[in-house]
Amino acid sequence: MPQDALFQTLLRLGDNTLVLGHRVSEWCGKAPVLEEDIALANTALDLIGQTQMWLGYAAEVESAGRSADDLAMLRDVWDFRNILMVERPNGDFGHTIMRQFLFDAWHRPLLAALAQSNDHRIAEIAAKAVKEATYHLERSAETVIALGDGTEQSHARMQDALTLLWPYVGEMFESDEVDAQMAATGVVPAPETLKDSWMQTVRATLIEATLAIPEDEFAHKGGRTGVRHTEHLGHMLTQMQWLQRAYPGANW
Amino acid sequence: MKPDVQTVWGWLDKVPDPEIPVISVVDLGIIRDVIWDGDTLEVAITPTYSGCPATSIINLDVETALRDHGVDKIRLKMQLSPPWTTDWLSAKGAAKLESYGIAPPSPAGGPSHCPRCRSSDLQKVSQFGSTPCKAHWRCLSCLEPFDYFKCI
Repeated sequence: MPQDALFQTLLRLGDNTLVLGHRVSEWCGKAPVLEEDIALANTALDLIGQTQMWLGYAAEVESAGRSADDLAMLRDVWDFRNILMVERPNGDFGHTIMRQFLFDAWHRPLLAALAQSNDHRIAEIAAKAVKEATYHLERSAETVIALGDGTEQSHARMQDALTLLWPYVGEMFESDEVDAQMAATGVVPAPETLKDSWMQTVRATLIEATLAIPEDEFAHKGGRTGVRHTEHLGHMLTQMQWLQRAYPGANW
Repeated sequence: MKPDVQTVWGWLDKVPDPEIPVISVVDLGIIRDVIWDGDTLEVAITPTYSGCPATSIINLDVETALRDHGVDKIRLKMQLSPPWTTDWLSAKGAAKLESYGIAPPSPAGGPSHCPRCRSSDLQKVSQFGSTPCKAHWRCLSCLEPFDYFKCI
């Protein structure tokens, strides 16, 4: 059971970065301006790189002969453990940036805490990834402010994005017996302990962006447990896993 | 005959970074250790960024260079910790970057001057550039765009 809880934990970490990394990569070649196109592609690349480390370790822990690639490309929707927010379609550029910001503001303190994990491998991966997440947060927060406190149109779109995404933020702080077990042994922080730091960043940034924080606390959930993903993940996988689905076992 | 590790370091200092060929993989600070384990040469390499696509090419280039020098038994070890930092970029590497037109990393969080005209009247264009390790800046004096090697 402890090994299974560790495996689930690593899938949650790796699936978040995989699914968000894939979503962000969908902008490659069609972002509003070249600089943003490059920035989004670089962000996606960092996330996919982190995925290789998380899922690589997950595969070792599972010791069922699967690789990181197998986990990424050969699982179906119900086996994914990412939070629902990251599988949402990109929407417009503002929605993509708002989602990135809400994620980065959580990802950075999560990785900072994981860098102190009792699990040596987790601590190493997190210490590497937190540098990248810090940079991502800097950029997504700046962009949220620029667009929120921008034109009437950009402000309205950012507010819409925030309202749309808000019901998905609660899942980041949800916990179950897997978290309880891993937190008790000092492997991961208890999810709820990250909320204050997250809220502080979010509040400060959104105030500067002249955006109103929604008051509703309702939270969609089911992604990190795999109980109920949105319909969007399956559609995304048909693209992401297309090659393996069309040509099983293809290799190069 | 086993060459000593100093000699091996010298060979590796001739292996160019695939994306910024003006500096070597040693200049970049990603070669963390070179040791002999019996008759196997072990080289520890750390990635710059998690998803840097150059990582596998770097491994291939290092292995090829060592084979060219007659080393057959090679083990490349991916070492994550401590994570790579631009503090490990050599002074020689920083100087080469600058003369190549890339502003070297600076703890101030941005380039100190334009690598072409040395003006300090600069503007950030984007936090990201042509590779994960670079950001995109512009000089407001000579009006040339340039890459800045991000400080991490």
